Amino acid sequence: MEIASHPMSETALPGGLLSTTQTGAPRVSIRNLNFYYGANHALKNVNIDFPDKQTTAMIGPSGCGKSTLLRILNRMYDLYPGQRAEGEVLIGGENIIAPGQDLNRLRRRVGMVFQKPTPFPKSIYENVIFGVRLHEKLSKSELDERVEWSLTRAALWGEVKDRLQTSAIGLSGGQQQRLCIARSIAVRPEVLLLDEPTSALDPISTLKIEELVDELKKEFTIIIVTHNMQQAGRCADQVAFFYLGELVESGPTSNIFTAPRERKTQEYITGRFG
Amino acid sequence: MPDEPKHIVTSFEADLKKLRDMIAGMGGLVEAAVADAATALLDHDPEVAGRVVQLDPVIDNEERGIEQFAVRLLALRQPLADDLRQVIQALKVITDLERIGDYAANIAKRSLVINQVASTFSLSGLGQMALLVQQNLKSSIDAVGEGDPQKAIAVWRADQAVDDLYNTIFRELITYMMEDARSITACTHLLFIAKNLERIGDHTTNIAELTYYAVTGESLPDFRPKGDQTSAYTHASTAG
Repeated sequence: MEIASHPMSETALPGGLLSTTQTGAPRVSIRNLNFYYGANHALKNVNIDFPDKQTTAMIGPSGCGKSTLLRILNRMYDLYPGQRAEGEVLIGGENIIAPGQDLNRLRRRVGMVFQKPTPFPKSIYENVIFGVRLHEKLSKSELDERVEWSLTRAALWGEVKDRLQTSAIGLSGGQQQRLCIARSIAVRPEVLLLDEPTSALDPISTLKIEELVDELKKEFTIIIVTHNMQQAGRCADQVAFFYLGELVESGPTSNIFTAPRERKTQEYITGRFG
Repeated sequence: MPDEPKHIVTSFEADLKKLRDMIAGMGGLVEAAVADAATALLDHDPEVAGRVVQLDPVIDNEERGIEQFAVRLLALRQPLADDLRQVIQALKVITDLERIGDYAANIAKRSLVINQVASTFSLSGLGQMALLVQQNLKSSIDAVGEGDPQKAIAVWRADQAVDDLYNTIFRELITYMMEDARSITACTHLLFIAKNLERIGDHTTNIAELTYYAVTGESLPDFRPKGDQTSAYTHASTAG
């Protein structure tokens, strides 16, 4: 049918929503990735690119494999026996799941923030500098500088600069999460993984983190797992939908949320599932 | 849309259905207004004309009600994908329907004037145009309710015939006016009526385009065969 096959005109979406995805070389490329928890085939032949200096949101029901994918990107699965990945995960052209990788170096390149804030029972200053001390030999003034740089980028500096030596445990949930982000970016990673970073936070703290993600993507490649569709819509340049270990669909955020190609995606995001 | 699985939240499903029903209700009123306006004109019936004029504020009121409902739905349900497109479609379709109601009321008012200035013109051309416009409007509103993109495309294409008729009537009326200056008053009203019908056709096409987008997620091409060649702008742009 002539009309049905008419390509979607560029004017069909408002300019602001036509985000410039897929521009430039991808920072992370995943090729034919399979992952197993013992006998359980958790990710099935996944192929996806994560563009540099953009935010990609991964959505899908619990158990669809999105968190598994995050755990592969910094090889956290290595900590558990019986888990293995096959295929290629290229970060800057280097296959990070190949044997012989320096995991400490990898985890400096790929930072991660978890669902619940995980501050160490140390001072705010020590929290931020913890990873830096492992990887770099810096003078006191350089460390001070790095703490300020990280906390400023994590939009926390103004709130804590006068109490850097007090315990991080005394911070609010939203502040703790921003501290964890500061700690992750302090080692200047290339990729920042956020695993449901706002699911334990109140709406205002959530918006602060989202605003922060928008700022951070200017310097890092960000991959965020979220169960909140509106959050994916607000934060991400592209969205990938996973179901039962497969990547069903990925594309510019505006397309996924207004006119997804796949029926499964549509059913999931509109709440007609299962 | 119709063959989709049900929404997990049944009250959301109910809201979307209510929205569709409200549009069908408003569509029915607008269809009645256009049909009555045509009757008022062709049968010289002032009573029917009066009914159309009275219907206009009722239609306006419907529009406000649906708009409020759709805005509430956007705020509270935050619909996505086809649900989102359906609510956006609703918000825009009611604007088109409301305008069609205005045109119908205008036709009815002019029919009262035409009854007073005894005219000898045949109204068969306008009658034919009114019939075609009503058929398209009905298909268009049905396409909204059924979520039928093929029906929407059919309406989208069918507007060409309405435009052709309008061009014919336009030329005919100009000829009358040139022949006899005393016919200018009646002919001007008839010309406005023809233009009103032609505009109803355009809004009907808009509704079809909105339906196509709501159902498929794709827009119909920007170019639609435009048949109204009576405007100076069309002449200037084609000549240049």
